[in-house]
Amino acid sequence: MSQVTLAGVELQLDENGNLIDRSQWNREVAAELAKEEGIDALTEEHWKVLDFIAKDYAEKEAVPGMRRMNKVGGIPTKDLYRLFPGGPIKKAARIGGFPKPVSCV
Amino acid sequence: MSEEALKKVSIVVSKGSLDGVYPGLIMANGARMEGIEASIFFTFFGLHAIVKKKMNNLKVATVGNPALCVPDAMGMAMPTVLGAVPGMSAFATYMMKQEMEKLDIPPVGEFIEMISDAGGKIYACKATVDMFKLKDKDFCPQMDRVLTVGEFYELSAGAQIIFT
Repeated sequence: MSQVTLAGVELQLDENGNLIDRSQWNREVAAELAKEEGIDALTEEHWKVLDFIAKDYAEKEAVPGMRRMNKVGGIPTKDLYRLFPGGPIKKAARIGGFPKPVSCV
Repeated sequence: MSEEALKKVSIVVSKGSLDGVYPGLIMANGARMEGIEASIFFTFFGLHAIVKKKMNNLKVATVGNPALCVPDAMGMAMPTVLGAVPGMSAFATYMMKQEMEKLDIPPVGEFIEMISDAGGKIYACKATVDMFKLKDKDFCPQMDRVLTVGEFYELSAGAQIIFT
Protein backbone atom coordinates (compact mmCIF):
# COMPACT_ATOMS: atom_id res chain seq x y z
CA MET A 1 0.00 0.00 0.00
CA SER A 2 1.22 3.48 -0.81
CA GLN A 3 0.06 7.05 -0.91
CA VAL A 4 0.36 9.56 -3.72
CA THR A 5 -1.07 12.94 -4.52
CA LEU A 6 -2.50 13.20 -8.02
CA ALA A 7 -4.57 16.08 -9.39
CA GLY A 8 -4.61 17.54 -5.88
CA VAL A 9 -6.16 14.43 -4.33
CA GLU A 10 -4.34 12.33 -1.76
CA LEU A 11 -4.83 8.74 -2.93
CA GLN A 12 -4.36 5.37 -1.27
CA LEU A 13 -3.07 2.74 -3.66
CA ASP A 14 -2.91 -1.02 -3.22
CA GLU A 15 0.17 -3.16 -3.92
CA ASN A 16 -0.59 -3.07 -7.66
CA GLY A 17 -0.91 0.70 -7.72
CA ASN A 18 -4.70 0.58 -8.08
CA LEU A 19 -7.03 2.82 -6.09
CA ILE A 20 -8.28 1.35 -2.83
CA ASP A 21 -11.21 3.73 -2.46
CA ARG A 22 -12.97 4.59 -5.68
CA SER A 23 -14.78 7.51 -4.06
CA GLN A 24 -11.44 9.34 -4.35
CA TRP A 25 -11.54 8.94 -8.12
CA ASN A 26 -12.53 11.65 -10.57
CA ARG A 27 -11.80 12.47 -14.21
CA GLU A 28 -8.73 14.54 -13.32
CA VAL A 29 -7.32 11.66 -11.28
CA ALA A 30 -8.00 9.39 -14.27
CA ALA A 31 -6.05 11.72 -16.55
CA GLU A 32 -3.05 11.62 -14.17
CA LEU A 33 -3.20 7.83 -13.83
CA ALA A 34 -3.38 7.61 -17.64
CA LYS A 35 -0.17 9.64 -17.91
CA GLU A 36 1.52 7.15 -15.59
CA GLU A 37 0.42 4.41 -18.00
CA GLY A 38 1.90 6.28 -20.95
CA ILE A 39 -1.35 7.73 -22.27
CA ASP A 40 -0.97 11.49 -22.73
CA ALA A 41 -4.60 12.39 -23.15
CA LEU A 42 -7.83 10.51 -22.57
CA THR A 43 -10.02 10.84 -25.66
CA GLU A 44 -13.70 10.18 -26.14
CA GLU A 45 -12.78 6.64 -27.24
CA HIS A 46 -10.89 6.02 -23.99
CA TRP A 47 -13.86 7.30 -22.04
CA LYS A 48 -16.20 4.93 -23.85
CA VAL A 49 -14.09 2.05 -22.47
CA LEU A 50 -13.79 3.53 -18.97
CA ASP A 51 -17.51 4.27 -18.82
CA PHE A 52 -18.34 0.72 -19.86
CA ILE A 53 -16.08 -0.72 -17.17
CA ALA A 54 -17.74 1.52 -14.58
CA LYS A 55 -21.22 0.48 -15.70
CA ASP A 56 -20.33 -3.21 -15.81
CA TYR A 57 -18.48 -3.10 -12.50
CA ALA A 58 -21.53 -1.61 -10.82
CA GLU A 59 -23.53 -4.55 -12.12
CA LYS A 60 -21.10 -7.49 -11.78
CA GLU A 61 -18.58 -6.28 -9.18
CA ALA A 62 -15.79 -7.35 -11.51
CA VAL A 63 -13.75 -5.71 -14.24
CA PRO A 64 -15.08 -7.14 -17.54
CA GLY A 65 -12.82 -9.48 -19.52
CA MET A 66 -11.93 -9.08 -23.18
CA ARG A 67 -14.90 -10.99 -24.53
CA ARG A 68 -17.38 -9.04 -22.42
CA MET A 69 -15.77 -5.81 -23.62
CA ASN A 70 -16.34 -7.04 -27.19
CA LYS A 71 -19.81 -8.52 -26.92
CA VAL A 72 -21.50 -6.41 -24.26
CA GLY A 73 -19.48 -3.21 -24.45
CA GLY A 74 -19.26 -3.27 -28.25
CA ILE A 75 -15.54 -2.42 -28.10
CA PRO A 76 -13.40 -4.46 -30.52
CA THR A 77 -10.19 -6.14 -29.31
CA LYS A 78 -8.08 -4.15 -31.78
CA ASP A 79 -9.39 -0.84 -30.45
CA LEU A 80 -8.63 -1.82 -26.86
CA TYR A 81 -5.02 -2.63 -27.71
CA ARG A 82 -4.70 0.59 -29.72
CA LEU A 83 -6.16 2.77 -26.96
CA PHE A 84 -4.36 1.11 -24.04
CA PRO A 85 -1.17 -0.35 -25.51
CA GLY A 86 0.72 -2.96 -23.52
CA GLY A 87 -2.06 -4.43 -21.40
CA PRO A 88 -5.46 -2.96 -22.24
CA ILE A 89 -7.75 -4.20 -19.50
CA LYS A 90 -5.19 -3.97 -16.73
CA LYS A 91 -4.39 -0.39 -17.67
CA ALA A 92 -7.99 0.67 -18.27
CA ALA A 93 -8.99 -0.78 -14.90
CA ARG A 94 -6.25 1.14 -13.12
CA ILE A 95 -7.08 4.42 -14.88
CA GLY A 96 -10.77 3.91 -14.16
CA GLY A 97 -10.07 3.54 -10.45
CA PHE A 98 -10.84 -0.19 -10.27
CA PRO A 99 -8.83 -3.07 -8.80
CA LYS A 100 -6.56 -5.20 -10.97
CA PRO A 101 -8.68 -7.60 -13.07
CA VAL A 102 -8.86 -11.14 -11.72
CA SER A 103 -10.06 -13.00 -14.82
CA CYS A 104 -7.66 -15.07 -16.98
CA VAL A 105 -9.54 -14.25 -20.17
CA MET B 1 11.75 -7.92 -8.10
CA SER B 2 15.22 -8.27 -9.50
CA GLU B 3 14.20 -10.69 -12.26
CA GLU B 4 13.61 -9.11 -15.62
CA ALA B 5 9.96 -9.08 -16.72
CA LEU B 6 8.96 -11.58 -19.39
CA LYS B 7 8.84 -9.91 -22.81
CA LYS B 8 8.07 -12.63 -25.32
CA VAL B 9 6.58 -16.13 -25.39
CA SER B 10 6.35 -18.73 -28.16
CA ILE B 11 3.74 -21.34 -27.44
CA VAL B 12 3.66 -24.70 -29.22
CA VAL B 13 0.24 -26.36 -29.45
CA SER B 14 0.67 -30.01 -30.39
CA LYS B 15 -2.61 -31.64 -29.30
CA GLY B 16 -5.84 -31.57 -31.25
CA SER B 17 -8.33 -32.17 -28.46
CA LEU B 18 -10.33 -29.33 -26.94
CA ASP B 19 -8.49 -29.77 -23.64
CA GLY B 20 -5.21 -29.95 -25.54
CA VAL B 21 -5.75 -26.68 -27.39
CA TYR B 22 -7.25 -24.33 -24.81
CA PRO B 23 -4.32 -24.03 -22.38
CA GLY B 24 -2.10 -22.69 -25.17
CA LEU B 25 -4.78 -20.25 -26.33
CA ILE B 26 -5.42 -18.97 -22.82
CA MET B 27 -1.71 -18.53 -22.19
CA ALA B 28 -1.16 -16.69 -25.48
CA ASN B 29 -4.10 -14.37 -24.91
CA GLY B 30 -3.08 -13.82 -21.30
CA ALA B 31 0.41 -12.88 -22.46
CA ARG B 32 -0.93 -10.22 -24.82
CA MET B 33 -3.16 -8.84 -22.05
CA GLU B 34 0.00 -8.34 -19.97
CA GLY B 35 1.78 -6.62 -22.84
CA ILE B 36 3.93 -9.68 -23.57
CA GLU B 37 4.64 -10.50 -27.21
CA ALA B 38 3.06 -13.85 -28.09
CA SER B 39 3.05 -16.31 -30.94
CA ILE B 40 1.52 -19.75 -31.28
CA PHE B 41 3.02 -22.51 -33.40
CA PHE B 42 0.41 -25.16 -34.21
CA THR B 43 1.88 -28.56 -34.96
CA PHE B 44 0.65 -32.13 -35.49
CA PHE B 45 -3.00 -32.47 -34.45
CA GLY B 46 -2.79 -29.09 -32.78
CA LEU B 47 -3.08 -27.77 -36.32
CA HIS B 48 -6.79 -28.62 -36.23
CA ALA B 49 -7.29 -25.50 -34.12
CA ILE B 50 -6.58 -23.27 -37.12
CA VAL B 51 -8.12 -25.40 -39.89
CA LYS B 52 -11.45 -23.84 -40.81
CA LYS B 53 -13.55 -26.99 -40.98
CA LYS B 54 -12.04 -28.51 -37.82
CA MET B 55 -11.48 -25.61 -35.42
CA ASN B 56 -14.98 -25.35 -34.00
CA ASN B 57 -15.52 -29.10 -33.75
CA LEU B 58 -12.69 -30.08 -31.41
CA LYS B 59 -13.60 -32.62 -28.74
CA VAL B 60 -12.55 -33.43 -25.20
CA ALA B 61 -10.47 -36.63 -25.17
CA THR B 62 -12.35 -39.16 -23.06
CA VAL B 63 -10.36 -42.29 -23.94
CA GLY B 64 -7.23 -42.71 -21.86
CA ASN B 65 -8.13 -39.77 -19.63
CA PRO B 66 -8.17 -41.01 -16.02
CA ALA B 67 -8.85 -37.48 -14.72
CA LEU B 68 -12.44 -37.46 -16.02
CA CYS B 69 -15.03 -37.35 -13.28
CA VAL B 70 -18.80 -37.53 -12.99
CA PRO B 71 -21.10 -35.71 -12.65
CA ASP B 72 -18.69 -32.74 -12.75
CA ALA B 73 -14.95 -32.00 -12.73
CA MET B 74 -14.54 -32.64 -9.00
CA GLY B 75 -16.94 -35.57 -8.79
CA MET B 76 -16.23 -39.29 -8.66
CA ALA B 77 -13.60 -40.70 -11.01
CA MET B 78 -15.26 -42.09 -14.14
CA PRO B 79 -14.14 -45.66 -14.99
CA THR B 80 -11.83 -45.12 -17.97
CA VAL B 81 -13.52 -47.86 -19.98
CA LEU B 82 -16.62 -45.65 -20.19
CA GLY B 83 -14.60 -43.09 -22.11
CA ALA B 84 -14.98 -45.29 -25.18
CA VAL B 85 -18.79 -45.40 -25.01
CA PRO B 86 -20.20 -43.74 -28.16
CA GLY B 87 -21.24 -40.17 -27.47
CA MET B 88 -19.10 -39.84 -24.34
CA SER B 89 -16.64 -37.46 -25.97
CA ALA B 90 -19.46 -35.35 -27.39
CA PHE B 91 -21.09 -35.21 -23.98
CA ALA B 92 -17.88 -34.25 -22.14
CA THR B 93 -17.26 -31.61 -24.80
CA TYR B 94 -20.74 -30.19 -24.38
CA MET B 95 -20.26 -29.98 -20.61
CA MET B 96 -16.88 -28.31 -20.87
CA LYS B 97 -18.05 -25.79 -23.47
CA GLN B 98 -20.95 -24.81 -21.23
CA GLU B 99 -18.65 -24.19 -18.28
CA MET B 100 -16.26 -22.16 -20.46
CA GLU B 101 -19.09 -20.07 -21.82
CA LYS B 102 -20.01 -19.15 -18.25
CA LEU B 103 -16.46 -17.87 -17.75
CA ASP B 104 -16.62 -15.94 -21.01
CA ILE B 105 -13.94 -18.11 -22.60
CA PRO B 106 -14.65 -17.92 -26.34
CA PRO B 107 -15.03 -20.88 -28.72
CA VAL B 108 -11.80 -21.80 -30.54
CA GLY B 109 -12.48 -19.82 -33.74
CA GLU B 110 -13.41 -16.66 -31.88
CA PHE B 111 -10.47 -17.11 -29.49
CA ILE B 112 -7.97 -17.34 -32.37
CA GLU B 113 -9.47 -14.16 -33.82
CA MET B 114 -9.17 -12.42 -30.44
CA ILE B 115 -5.51 -13.42 -30.07
CA SER B 116 -4.75 -12.32 -33.63
CA ASP B 117 -6.54 -8.98 -33.11
CA ALA B 118 -4.50 -8.57 -29.93
CA GLY B 119 -1.34 -8.75 -32.01
CA GLY B 120 -0.54 -12.42 -31.32
CA LYS B 121 0.98 -14.34 -34.25
CA ILE B 122 -0.53 -17.57 -35.54
CA TYR B 123 1.83 -20.00 -37.25
CA ALA B 124 1.36 -23.43 -38.83
CA CYS B 125 4.04 -26.13 -38.78
CA LYS B 126 5.30 -26.91 -42.29
CA ALA B 127 5.97 -30.60 -41.69
CA THR B 128 2.38 -31.09 -40.53
CA VAL B 129 0.92 -28.97 -43.32
CA ASP B 130 2.72 -31.22 -45.83
CA MET B 131 1.78 -34.39 -44.01
CA PHE B 132 -1.92 -33.44 -43.83
CA LYS B 133 -1.78 -32.09 -47.44
CA LEU B 134 -3.25 -28.74 -46.42
CA LYS B 135 -3.55 -25.64 -48.62
CA ASP B 136 -3.71 -21.97 -47.61
CA LYS B 137 -7.46 -21.95 -48.20
CA ASP B 138 -7.94 -24.64 -45.55
CA PHE B 139 -6.78 -22.29 -42.80
CA CYS B 140 -8.62 -19.60 -40.88
CA PRO B 141 -7.74 -16.10 -42.16
CA GLN B 142 -5.79 -15.34 -38.97
CA MET B 143 -3.04 -17.84 -39.86
CA ASP B 144 -0.03 -15.60 -40.50
CA ARG B 145 2.50 -18.00 -41.99
CA VAL B 146 3.56 -21.60 -42.44
CA LEU B 147 6.92 -22.04 -40.73
CA THR B 148 9.65 -24.63 -40.74
CA VAL B 149 10.98 -25.56 -37.32
CA GLY B 150 14.09 -23.53 -38.11
CA GLU B 151 12.05 -20.43 -38.87
CA PHE B 152 10.07 -20.97 -35.70
CA TYR B 153 13.27 -20.91 -33.65
CA GLU B 154 14.48 -17.85 -35.53
CA LEU B 155 11.26 -15.95 -34.78
CA SER B 156 11.41 -17.12 -31.18
CA ALA B 157 14.71 -15.34 -30.52
CA GLY B 158 14.58 -13.89 -27.03
CA ALA B 159 11.33 -15.71 -26.22
CA GLN B 160 10.42 -18.35 -23.69
CA ILE B 161 9.23 -21.42 -25.59
CA ILE B 162 6.29 -23.22 -24.01
CA PHE B 163 5.27 -26.66 -25.28
CA THR B 164 1.69 -27.78 -24.74
